[in-house]
Amino acid sequence: MKVTSVKFAGIGGTGVVKASDVFAELVFDLGLDVKKAEVHGMSQRGGSVASEVRYGDKVQSPMIPDKTADFLVVFAEDQVPVNEISLKEGGILLTPKDIEIDKLPTEKALNVAMLGKLSTYLDFSLENWQKALEKLFDPKFHAGNQVAFNVGRESRL
Amino acid sequence: MLAFDPHSKKLLLSGNEAISLSMLHCKVQIATGYPGTPSSEILETYSDIGGYAQWAPNEKVAAEVALGAAFGNARSLVTMKHVGLNVASDVLYTSTYSGVEGAMVWVVADDPGQASSQNEQDTRNHAKAAVCPMFEPSNSQEAYDMLRIAFQTSERYKTPVILRMTTRVNHSKSIVRITEEPLEALKPSFVRDIPSRVMVPGYAKPAAKRLRAKIEEMAVWNSQEGPNRVEMASDELGVICSGISYHHVKEAAPDASVLKLGFTYPLPATLIKDFCSKVKRVVVIEENDPYLFENIMAMGITVEAKLDSIYRFGELTVDRVKRILAKDNSPEPVPVRGRPPALCPGCPHRDSFTALKELNCIVAGDIGCYTLAALPPFEAMDMMIDMGASIGMGLGLRHVLPEEEAKRVVSVIGDSTFIHSGITGLVEMAYNRPKTGHVVMVVDNSITAMTGQQEHPGTGRKLDHTPAYKVDYGEIAKAAGIENVFVINPVKEYDKLKTVLQDALEKEELTLIVAKSPCVLAIKSIVAWDKANKQNSGILL
Ligand SMILES: Cc1ncc(C[n+]2csc(CCOP(=O)(O)OP(=O)(O)O)c2C)c(N)n1
Ligand code: SF4
Repeated sequence: MKVTSVKFAGIGGTGVVKASDVFAELVFDLGLDVKKAEVHGMSQRGGSVASEVRYGDKVQSPMIPDKTADFLVVFAEDQVPVNEISLKEGGILLTPKDIEIDKLPTEKALNVAMLGKLSTYLDFSLENWQKALEKLFDPKFHAGNQVAFNVGRESRL
Repeated sequence: MLAFDPHSKKLLLSGNEAISLSMLHCKVQIATGYPGTPSSEILETYSDIGGYAQWAPNEKVAAEVALGAAFGNARSLVTMKHVGLNVASDVLYTSTYSGVEGAMVWVVADDPGQASSQNEQDTRNHAKAAVCPMFEPSNSQEAYDMLRIAFQTSERYKTPVILRMTTRVNHSKSIVRITEEPLEALKPSFVRDIPSRVMVPGYAKPAAKRLRAKIEEMAVWNSQEGPNRVEMASDELGVICSGISYHHVKEAAPDASVLKLGFTYPLPATLIKDFCSKVKRVVVIEENDPYLFENIMAMGITVEAKLDSIYRFGELTVDRVKRILAKDNSPEPVPVRGRPPALCPGCPHRDSFTALKELNCIVAGDIGCYTLAALPPFEAMDMMIDMGASIGMGLGLRHVLPEEEAKRVVSVIGDSTFIHSGITGLVEMAYNRPKTGHVVMVVDNSITAMTGQQEHPGTGRKLDHTPAYKVDYGEIAKAAGIENVFVINPVKEYDKLKTVLQDALEKEELTLIVAKSPCVLAIKSIVAWDKANKQNSGILL
């Protein structure tokens, strides 16, 4: 199995790292090799953040080389130019434009909706996604996440 | 919610989490440190999963506490970022002479690429200069495994040991499998050994000789059994690497032969010579300084290195490794700049720096979230070099500038930074008092915000947020000889802050202003911790 690379990007404080954690947990749970890289450190809100997940039979570098990402999932439109160098030719770019935002239970759930959208391109089962979401979120968010995930999955914009 | 299940046998962990788990399995009796990205999460995670950890006022004190514990036959550990080792290096350079009774590991995190640091210094130089054995993990599994090896080495050779990590190893997640049983705990006890631990010249000179002998012995052991790996493939191209660079190399040049070094001081000379004799071209791939390159060349072995003027700065990547191997020294593509961080909306530092800006102050600054006030729209900090420097630099300016300018100088320092290394500055201020007096402003947001909201001795809570003695900055200032002390809320009492500051600048006296208002990101947690502590103390009473 070749290495698949997914990059999540956006603005600090909008759940970029959390989304990548959920996704990495999902592939880990399936027994695949997985690595995840991000640089964090600044506590303040509002700066650019990116987190990279790579999985397959054997992953070497945790960082996605330029022009090789299969998916680029961006949570803020203005972060597309900063990150598009990662995307390979023919790779898939997902942005909030792909989501029916007004159907989300809260604005904060955009990250989970983006995962829902991503799920339509990948072969993982819904149970696997649910399991990863439930593992990484506090139970009080589970119901809202379910809604947000489905909004992302069903958005056809 | 725990970050992970410490009983699990297979986990997806960051390098920092892997260290915390390994600490638990190595039965570390005391772990201490001072926060600094990318090392900060290790101690809090260790505490969360059941270990004992504490924050020190700074890295030097942390290292001394860990050293004392190791003299008492405990297994101790200290964490810090690369620049923290500068503060603690005085401890390191002589504790290698004394050695330890139990075991002591320094986890030091470098930041190639300066994701969040004021410089890009390379800890490997410190290890060599201090004659301290050093291990370098490439991923989380190795972080877990090498910490154990580091403790075993420390115990076997009775020496402190450095585990050098880098941002990508600290913060990347990869899979960790737990296969070995935990170590037996050491039993702390004191055995008097004055010649080993009192480093007066008469005892330190023979200690230095013993240390060199120990290091030679370790170098031999390293070649034979050290955690290094030879992966022979092509006889045309061989690569020598360590740390995260190993994974970039495996991806960039899957056909190359690789010597992956895990124990990088003292270097395994025999192993390196042997590897180099088997391949036609040997390239050293390493981040930061040419540490491996220069030391291998000094062994009389000719190897190639990256071009310093391009590749010495920043992290390596798979693409950069490909370029180095292809000797491609053409200009690199310039990445699109992301959005820079800024002070949060509602951050109390905004008000403090608005006042400083409106009064046209010359600001000798310091390190923390408030350093962002140097950037637009504030541009209200004139210098920042290292933790605690604001006070000394401000005093230096006050001593030499013409009176009108001198009277505009203010030193601004965060609460955690003040505890870390501001107190001696206050002592200097009263001792060598500038003619125009001086003004220090502690921007006290009641937390170490920059590095992710850690406690410190001024918050009144310990690392695990339980109650602790709370340092009073004003009382310290008064005891040091500072005449005027004000505590003002910069958000709720902005006008008062400005008037007091203006007044202090005009008077030729010594003034400390504590601008006190909590970090808006931390306030919810602070309220919850204090509430829990109050309730618990109620039960005790
Ligand atoms: C010697 C050293 N140790 C650690 C750090 C990492 N570091 C940068 S700022 C900071 C603390 C900032 O806390 P504080 O002074 O309270 O300011 P705040 O971020 O809360 O505004 C730390 C630990 C460093 N730069 N240098
Ligand atoms: S994290 Fe806290 S101290 Fe830092 S900028 Fe935000 S509000 Fe200010």
